[in-house]
Amino acid sequence: MSQTTTSAPPRRSRRDLLGGLRRRLSGMPRWAQFLLMVAIALLCYVLPLLEPPIISTPGTDFGGVLFTVSVYVLVAVGLNIVVGYAGLLDLGYVGFYAIGAYTVGVLTAQHATWPWLLSLPVALVVTMVSGVLLGWPTLRVRGDYLAIVTLGFGEIVRLTLINSEWLGAARGIRPIPSPPSLPLFEVPHLDWSTGVPLVDFSDTTTFIEFGVTDPIPFYWLALTLIILVLLADKRIKDSRVGRAWEATREDEDAAELMGVPTFRFKLLAFAIGAFVGGIAGSLFATRQTFINPESFTLLISILFLSAVVVGGQGNRWGAVIGAVVVAYLPERFRGFEQWRVLVFGLALMLLAIYRPQGLLPPRRTVRAQRMEAETEALEVGEEPEDAVVAAGGPTPDDAAPTDEGSSRG
Amino acid sequence: MAETVQQPTPVTTGDTLLSLDDVTLKFGGVTALNGVSFHIDRGEILGLIGPNGAGKTTAFNVVTGIYRPTSGGVTFDGEQITGLKRYRIAKRGIARTFQNIRLFRAMTALENVMVGADARHTTGPISALLGLPRHRREEAAGRELALELLDFVGVGGRADELAGNLSYGDQRRLEIARAMATQPKLLCLDEPAAGFNPSEKQALMELIRKIRDRGLTVLLIEHDMRLVMGVVDRVVVLEFGTKIADASPTEVQNDPAVIAAYLGVAEDEVVTDE
Repeated sequence: MSQTTTSAPPRRSRRDLLGGLRRRLSGMPRWAQFLLMVAIALLCYVLPLLEPPIISTPGTDFGGVLFTVSVYVLVAVGLNIVVGYAGLLDLGYVGFYAIGAYTVGVLTAQHATWPWLLSLPVALVVTMVSGVLLGWPTLRVRGDYLAIVTLGFGEIVRLTLINSEWLGAARGIRPIPSPPSLPLFEVPHLDWSTGVPLVDFSDTTTFIEFGVTDPIPFYWLALTLIILVLLADKRIKDSRVGRAWEATREDEDAAELMGVPTFRFKLLAFAIGAFVGGIAGSLFATRQTFINPESFTLLISILFLSAVVVGGQGNRWGAVIGAVVVAYLPERFRGFEQWRVLVFGLALMLLAIYRPQGLLPPRRTVRAQRMEAETEALEVGEEPEDAVVAAGGPTPDDAAPTDEGSSRG
Repeated sequence: MAETVQQPTPVTTGDTLLSLDDVTLKFGGVTALNGVSFHIDRGEILGLIGPNGAGKTTAFNVVTGIYRPTSGGVTFDGEQITGLKRYRIAKRGIARTFQNIRLFRAMTALENVMVGADARHTTGPISALLGLPRHRREEAAGRELALELLDFVGVGGRADELAGNLSYGDQRRLEIARAMATQPKLLCLDEPAAGFNPSEKQALMELIRKIRDRGLTVLLIEHDMRLVMGVVDRVVVLEFGTKIADASPTEVQNDPAVIAAYLGVAEDEVVTDE
């Protein structure tokens, strides 16, 4: 009895910095939430210009790192649809990423000289179709078997790339052109070398010119696409489609008996996931100007998946944070090159022990756990303030729709 | 309230809604159902009873398309539904609950029911993406129906809780709401009162009558004899995959074959069973 009393408060405070922040966020009025989102987005846009110390990466180009991170974020958000929402364990997601990149490569450099912008829609259609083609036979198997089949798919794509002269074999494809530039004005960076931020007019980025030397415009493009994908993700997730995915994940047979054509919805998840992977691949190709099969190994697939798992499967913001962690931290601590993988592995283990649901699990999981904890507390005879508030708060009848509306708003 | 949301199904008792015609189902050498035929009239509450392993749930599974009969067929609302995909059967108007509760545990109660309501909806990802008017209409209608049904079964106060966190009884009731949200003509309840105490069972029987009053036909599997007898219009008794009786509750209670085969106890203990 006394043990629970002493152990309860730290438990609540450890759980959870992120969750608590989120609860405060969802308590804000909608316009405030919207403004906050806009502010965060703007901050993200100017981040590579600010080059803030501590966050900025010494030794590597900060803009380039941010671009890599944003590609990972795109991939994680796309994979989250497949793994998090629909519950389909996909170990070969890198295959779609590769198909997106290679379609761009083939159309712009290898066999034609299309502009990048024209090749992009084709690449997205091709990846989407490849998602359907992979899903059509394989989505009939479940669980572990699907993981094995998708693992095979990723490897097949890579091996095909290595062995096909038509696709450049191991040499890869170059040079892949950049998106069209529209140079309007120069934006100066900040210089922190003296300890105080100074505007440095000798170090500028052209808005908006895609070149080999400055990755920042690529980052801006990626960020814009991330925002669009997140908006689309939210709309689809909050619809019949999102519910069908989750129902399929929870109990495929029951879903089917409630009128959900589960196969069709799983295929849709695969296609949409592939589509987003294709966007990321196309961006990667144009920024690198050069692609070869080395960039599409199984390890990358695992990294993608760990981004989703680390962040919290089923929550788009979790996927975003997971991707940032997986892509940014190793770059930030490049100095410890030798130890990177070891530290990363340890971090994953710690996460698995202390936060198995991921850094930012779906809101509902958090809410449910809180409720569980309260019930537990009540059972041992305590009255946590939260539970009283919950019981005396808005009646669940009208709380339900408003919460639905605002929480996903 | 109910009438505004549920489609107004006129209770035209008399005509056959569902019929099993000489259904046989074999798993290898085991015959789970052996030439079973029975029918349900529109607006009826039919009890399906029998000892454990008699084939009651198997019959459910044949009706809802989980199993395809080895021979024989199922006719629903005038059309053959044998061999149709499960979700198509659901859309035709057959909904069910499960003996062992099978909710979407990580979804809220409201969402569970909305999944059921979605069976009547047609919007896809594109209209959701663009927020087309039809999509908004369907979302609003689905939510309204779901909230109404949660109230109807008595889980109205828990719409926003995870299904997996609900109490056992609420989970059973939520399953009924989810099935009803598909707006079925026939509702199949597989031991809905399992694990209930007597007062809960009484409330459930009341609920089943109310469901029938909404225009639904109910096929009810139940072990509790008193429960079945109190609410059903007619009883079909299965034993070892064969139908051994098909009559009114009183007739079945006095049927020596049923007493011998199914009840295996003296007649006076039947009524006050438990």
